[in-house]
Amino acid sequence: MPTRSSGADMLRPKHQRLILISLALAALIGAVLLAMWGLKDRAAYFATPSDIAAGRFAPGKAMRLGGMVEKGSLQRLPDGVTIRFLVSDMKQQTPVEFRGIAPSLFREGSGVVAEGQLADNGTFVADNILAKHDERYMPPQIDNGMTGR
Amino acid sequence: MHALANPARFLKFARPVTVWALWPGLILVVAGIGGGLFVTPPDYLQGESARILYIHVPTAWLGMAGWGAIATASLSQLVWRHPLAAVAGRAVAVPGAVYAALCLATGSIWGRPTWGTWWEWDGRLTSMLILFFLYLGYIALAGAERERGGEGRMAALFGLVGAVNLPVIHYSVLWWQTLHQGQSLSILGGSKIAPELLWPLFLTLLGFTLLFAAVTLMRMRTELARTRLEARLRRAASE
Repeated sequence: MPTRSSGADMLRPKHQRLILISLALAALIGAVLLAMWGLKDRAAYFATPSDIAAGRFAPGKAMRLGGMVEKGSLQRLPDGVTIRFLVSDMKQQTPVEFRGIAPSLFREGSGVVAEGQLADNGTFVADNILAKHDERYMPPQIDNGMTGR
Repeated sequence: MHALANPARFLKFARPVTVWALWPGLILVVAGIGGGLFVTPPDYLQGESARILYIHVPTAWLGMAGWGAIATASLSQLVWRHPLAAVAGRAVAVPGAVYAALCLATGSIWGRPTWGTWWEWDGRLTSMLILFFLYLGYIALAGAERERGGEGRMAALFGLVGAVNLPVIHYSVLWWQTLHQGQSLSILGGSKIAPELLWPLFLTLLGFTLLFAAVTLMRMRTELARTRLEARLRRAASE
């Protein structure tokens, strides 16, 4: 390294420590950011319908699917405990089937994370449903005004 | 900052500030929680359960800000050898850990009725849990070093290195698909919380910040008193 000349010895210890710690910290942050970027796929909490359409998941493997419940797609089967709906990420859709009790925030047009596995026919069979809400909070009357638009 | 390097001068400043942070802080927290529980309308989607955000959000931010303070203290200890930096770092760690724990607890309680789960290993929840464990590690390490009479340099390095978790927590909801929603408030992006629901958050945020400051100053004063007492005992024993 060319900077390790006698000039560095003239720096006051305070500045030496500052430079050393700054360099070490910059290297560390860089390493962590790279690691996090590398983890992008593996650290994802769920897969999207686009991931499934791209064929990146084999049927029968435990996984999570996340997206929006497509409006108008929710149907209750005659047995009374099974629901079917489409999960969409605005590009692709995946049909989901779930037997059980969905959380109260689960509804059409809202976010959802389904835990389960892909069946051979391309339907996602969920064992568990989690509701995912967005970052907006507002009083009920504003929402009525907005949905009435 | 170096104006406060002298402990006597620091104490002269810390004593009144503690009082002025503690009581307004308590009043603001009570007012904010009261406003959030009884005055604001319920959320359009989550109903009453969203009211927990008036505790969850400030404790989350301050839990992260606490580690930012530890990292700053660590830096000024390692580089400038500021005489009060180690004391400040140790003082911040305990309220910081309490806030991180409060954030995790309120988040879990909130998650059950809204998401349908107490806990999931998504990016945001996991990185926040790691922050809590970092606090515990820092408290143990700094305490052990103090007992041995060291300067606390290992703890300072740990405090500095642990700060890399802060951007991970912040960006976890942007980098990765998470169950936790994206950020509602940002400096540039504005607020996605309607003004009717937002104002108590500012009261509790300011209140919890003042309480954090008050507890930190109390702990620093206690620590300085303890150091002085130990020095006096040592002198008395050697005479």
